[in-house]
Amino acid sequence: MSAAIALGDDALVLSQRLGEWAGHAPVLEEEVALANIALDLLGQARVLLSMAGDEDELAYLREERAFRNLQLVEQPNGDFAQTIARQLYFSTYQELLYEQLADGDSEFAPLAAKALKEVVYHRDHAEHWTLRLGDGTAHSRERMQLGLNTLWRYTGELFEPIEGCPADWTLLRSRWQARIGSILERATLALPEGARHTAWAAGGGRQGVHTEPFGRMLAEMQHLHRSHPGATW
Amino acid sequence: MTTMAADAGAYEAVFDAALAADERIEPRDWMPDEYRTSLIRQIAQHAHSEIIGIQPEANWITRAPSLRRKAILMAKVQDEAGHGLYLYSAVETLGARREDLLDKLHTGRQKYSSIFNYPTLTWADVGAIGWLVDGAAITNQVPLCRCSYGPYARAMVRICKEESFHQRQGYELLLALSRGTEAQRAMAQDAVDRWWWPSLMMFGPPDDESAHSAQSMAWKIKRHSNDELRQRFVDICVPQAESLGLTLPDPELRWNEERGHYDFGPIDWAEFREVLRGNGPCNAQRISQRRRAHEEGAWVREAAAAYAAKHGEARS
Repeated sequence: MSAAIALGDDALVLSQRLGEWAGHAPVLEEEVALANIALDLLGQARVLLSMAGDEDELAYLREERAFRNLQLVEQPNGDFAQTIARQLYFSTYQELLYEQLADGDSEFAPLAAKALKEVVYHRDHAEHWTLRLGDGTAHSRERMQLGLNTLWRYTGELFEPIEGCPADWTLLRSRWQARIGSILERATLALPEGARHTAWAAGGGRQGVHTEPFGRMLAEMQHLHRSHPGATW
Repeated sequence: MTTMAADAGAYEAVFDAALAADERIEPRDWMPDEYRTSLIRQIAQHAHSEIIGIQPEANWITRAPSLRRKAILMAKVQDEAGHGLYLYSAVETLGARREDLLDKLHTGRQKYSSIFNYPTLTWADVGAIGWLVDGAAITNQVPLCRCSYGPYARAMVRICKEESFHQRQGYELLLALSRGTEAQRAMAQDAVDRWWWPSLMMFGPPDDESAHSAQSMAWKIKRHSNDELRQRFVDICVPQAESLGLTLPDPELRWNEERGHYDFGPIDWAEFREVLRGNGPCNAQRISQRRRAHEEGAWVREAAAAYAAKHGEARS
């Protein structure tokens, strides 16, 4: 498996999900922020997919079983809390992973160094909303906790090593756990309990095994491109 | 009473002199109540148009046919939300509150541009919106960069720069389609056919039926009449349509040597009035989506306020 495709698919798929928020955000400032994050991720996806081939062919002409993204990033937006929980889990992972890659000398070092500036902002945004929702009203705490609990089962696969991606996955796991633990504690929230992953889910996305909502998301994303084979846009 | 009246007269004289000298009116300057009210209405409706205008384009974000086009569209939608923010800030300098203005939008007491009540049915509509709708907006808005109210004029300088970028991108999108396959070309022509007349309506009613025009021009909020701007827009678009290789859906469109302008056919003002009255194709859908986003987001705003109160953070 090409590591560029795995990392590129993560960014592409999460960008697609965040793009669904446009026109639906709870406050105008979040229209700007969510679109901004979506755009950053799309930019990363384009660089990464271009390292592996033609970005549009890879994005629009692969079927579900050929996508290598984490199941976490394909999860539906749910409410704002669930979107923030997904963003917190993923941005923290991406920040820690890109820190390692930026320090290394692999083909991913230049991209990681540049993307890190964006990713730090994404994590900061998710972290602050986790604090506001967790330590806001009783109702917002309940919803934030539910969002975190719902997505917890998809966090195990974050640490499944990606072939060709030179990272210390054990270190990544322990740092991620510590970072998330400390944010949730400050947000007066509990670290979810239960399995981090089930046997069927471990690394499923990385092997092209996805969850049901993903196929529908791809159908929407690819429809127009596939309807006009060979056209340029 | 006499002194107060004399003071008010003196203030008014200072205001009139500032207008006459083409100076900017700033938030702390005295201004006639009607000037303030009229600006609040106009700027708020402008802000509302930016945020409602997100919807028809956001409709295509998830379906954009290439990653490059998707990135351009996302950046555009982000800019529009940003324009909404500048404009709500500008209107707040006049003493209005964003929450109240949004409430007026949601309850139909304030309007937004009639153009956003038309649906985006194909990808080419994204290009037609960029080329025609943003083009019309720029024609309308460039003179607002010299509007007498400083904060509005300054917001418009920033907005117009970004809008002209969007307009070029829309034109370029249509150009790619018109040079593409037969199906893409047909898609582009169909979009231009549907968006042309609604774009001409963006300049508002004809001069003899425009309720606010005379006063706005006297106050130097507005610099040109609706019909003048509409004519300027038509004159710009015709050669652009030619270079796109697309036609404009108006059999009466032709160059008038004597006037030095293009003549064009009659606008369907009955349709315009229906759309303004709330009976356009998407009026109900646009407002209900906006209200739903606002209502479903209430708990998030409440959480942010509660957190800010506990932690002394500035409200987000």
